[in-house]
Amino acid sequence: MKKQLPLISGIAAITVSFFVFVIPFLFIIFMAFKDRRQAASRDFSWPEGFHLWENLVEVVTTRNWMMITAFVNSSILTVVSVTLLVVLAAMVGFVLARRDAKWNGPIEFLILAGLMIPPAVVPTIWLLQGLKLFGTLHGMILIEVAYNLPFSIILYRAFIATIPRELDEAAIIDGARPLDVFFRVILPLLWPVTVTNIVVQSVGIFNDFTNPLYYLPGANNATVQLTLYNFQSQFNTAYNLLFTNILLITIPPLLVFLFFNRQIVAGMTAGAVKG
Amino acid sequence: MSVTTADSAGALQTTVRKKPIQARYPGWFILPAAVIYSVLFLAPTVSSLYFSLTRWTLFDSVFIGFENFAQFFREPFLVQGLINTVIYAVVTSGMKVVIGMAFAVLLTSNIVARGYLRSVVFFPVLVSTVGVGITFTVLMHPTQGMINETLALFGIKGPGWLTNPSLALYSVALVDVWKGVGLATVIYIAGLVAIPRDYYEAARIDGATPWQNFWYVTLPLSRPATATVIILSFIGGLRTFDLIWAMTKGGPGFASDTVASVIYKQYQAGFYGLSTAGNVVLFVLIAVLVIPLTMILNRRRGHE
Repeated sequence: MKKQLPLISGIAAITVSFFVFVIPFLFIIFMAFKDRRQAASRDFSWPEGFHLWENLVEVVTTRNWMMITAFVNSSILTVVSVTLLVVLAAMVGFVLARRDAKWNGPIEFLILAGLMIPPAVVPTIWLLQGLKLFGTLHGMILIEVAYNLPFSIILYRAFIATIPRELDEAAIIDGARPLDVFFRVILPLLWPVTVTNIVVQSVGIFNDFTNPLYYLPGANNATVQLTLYNFQSQFNTAYNLLFTNILLITIPPLLVFLFFNRQIVAGMTAGAVKG
Repeated sequence: MSVTTADSAGALQTTVRKKPIQARYPGWFILPAAVIYSVLFLAPTVSSLYFSLTRWTLFDSVFIGFENFAQFFREPFLVQGLINTVIYAVVTSGMKVVIGMAFAVLLTSNIVARGYLRSVVFFPVLVSTVGVGITFTVLMHPTQGMINETLALFGIKGPGWLTNPSLALYSVALVDVWKGVGLATVIYIAGLVAIPRDYYEAARIDGATPWQNFWYVTLPLSRPATATVIILSFIGGLRTFDLIWAMTKGGPGFASDTVASVIYKQYQAGFYGLSTAGNVVLFVLIAVLVIPLTMILNRRRGHE
C-alpha cells in the first residue's frame, strides 16, 4: 500500500494537471485547426478537417503581411536589447562586485527602485518625443534596456562575487590592463549566467505587450503581441484565425522552453534561497 | 639574466602597489548603463512628480496643485480602481503562496511523472500574457465558454465569470494565478531542496507525522522562498495591466479597473496630468505597501 501511494497520487495529479493546464493549450491548437464555421461555436471539440495551413496563410498575409513585419520588429527588438543588456549589465555587475566605493549603496538603492517602481508613462513619452525617439524601434530598444537593466545587473553581480579576486590579481601581475581583466579574464567565465540572462530577458521582451503599446504605436511598428491585439478587433468572430495567431506567437517561447528550461528556472529562482 | 627578471618583477610589483586596488576596476564601466537608465527611467520618474501637479497637453503644462490627486480620490471609479488594485495584489499573491507551496511539496516528493508535472505547471509562465488572456476570455464566456458548458454537464449553472461586475476582477485574478503559479512553484522547489535532510531525519526519529513535518520543518525553513514569492507577486499584482486589458478592459463598467488600466485610459483620453498622477499614486502605493512588507518578512527571518 505504501509503495502504491506515489503511484496513486501521481495519477491523480496527472489527471488534474491535464484538465487545468493542458486542456487550455489543446483548445488553442484545436481552434487553430478548425474552419471559421466550426470555430465560431468555441466548444472543445475535435476539428473537422485540417484547416491549419489555410488559417496560417490568412493570418500571415492579412493587413499587408503585418505578421511578418511584426516578427521582424520583435526579433530585432529582442536581439538588440538583449545584446546591449548583457554587455552593459555585466560591466556594471563587475564593477559593483569588485569595487568597494561609497556610491555602491546609492547604486544598489537605484537598482532595487528599478525593480519596484512602475515607469512613469506619459513623462517618458514626452521625453522620447523630445529626443525624436518616440515611435521608433531605436527608442523602444533603449526603453527595454533601461527597464530590464536592474534584473540583469543583480544576476551578474551575484555571479561575479563568486569568482575569486585572486584571478584578477594574477592577471594583473601577468601584465593585464584593467580592460583585459574584464574582457579576457572575467567575461569568458560569465557564460552560464549570460545564457540565463539571454533566455530570461528574451522571453520577457518578446512577450512584452504594455511597453510597445505605449511607446511604439502604428501598424508599421507592430510587435507580435500587438498583432494579437489588432487581430482581435478585426476578426471579431473569426476565432480560428485569432487562435492560429495565438499558436504562432506561442512557438518561440515553446522552443526556448524545450531547449533552455534549466537556465530559465535558474534565472527566475536566483536569490530565492538566499533571499 | 636573473638580475633583469628580479628587476622587472620588482618594478611590476611597485606599479601594482602604487596603483590603488580600486583603479583596476574602471569606474566608467557603469557609465553607459547609468546614462540609459537615468535618461529613460529616472528622469521621467522624477519629472512625473512635477507633471502630476499640472494640467498637461505635452506641449505646455499649467500648474494646478493637487487637483489631479483630489480628483483621483473624489471620482468613485478612480477610487474603485485603487481598491481593486490592492484586492488583486492580495488575492493573487496569497493564492500563489498557498498553491505554489502545495505544488512544490508535491513535486519534491517521490511522485510519478515529476518531470512532466513540473513542465506543465511552469510552461504558462513563458506564454504571452495577452494570448492567455484572450484564450480564457473565450473559455469563460457565460453561455458558450467551455468552463460553463462543462459545469452544465454536472447540472451546475456557471456564473458570468467576466460579465458579472462583482466577479470579473476575481476571474482575472484566477487566470493570473493559473499563469503565474509555475514561477512560485519553482521558487519554492529551489527553497525546499535547500533544506538540509538532517531536519527531516531528526523529525522522523521524534516520530513526527507528515503534517507536523510540514508545519514545523518545511514551512519555517522555506521562509526565504515565501518572502520572495510574496514580494515578487505582490509587486506584479499591483502593477498588473496586460491581463486586465486583454480580458475585461477594466469592465464591466469600471468593475475590474486597476490603477494601471486607469493610467492607460486617462492617457488615451488625453488627460496626461491625471494619467501621470495615477502613476505617482501607484508608485506611492507600491512604496507604502511593499517596503514594510519586505521589512517584516526579513525581520522574521532574522529571528530564527
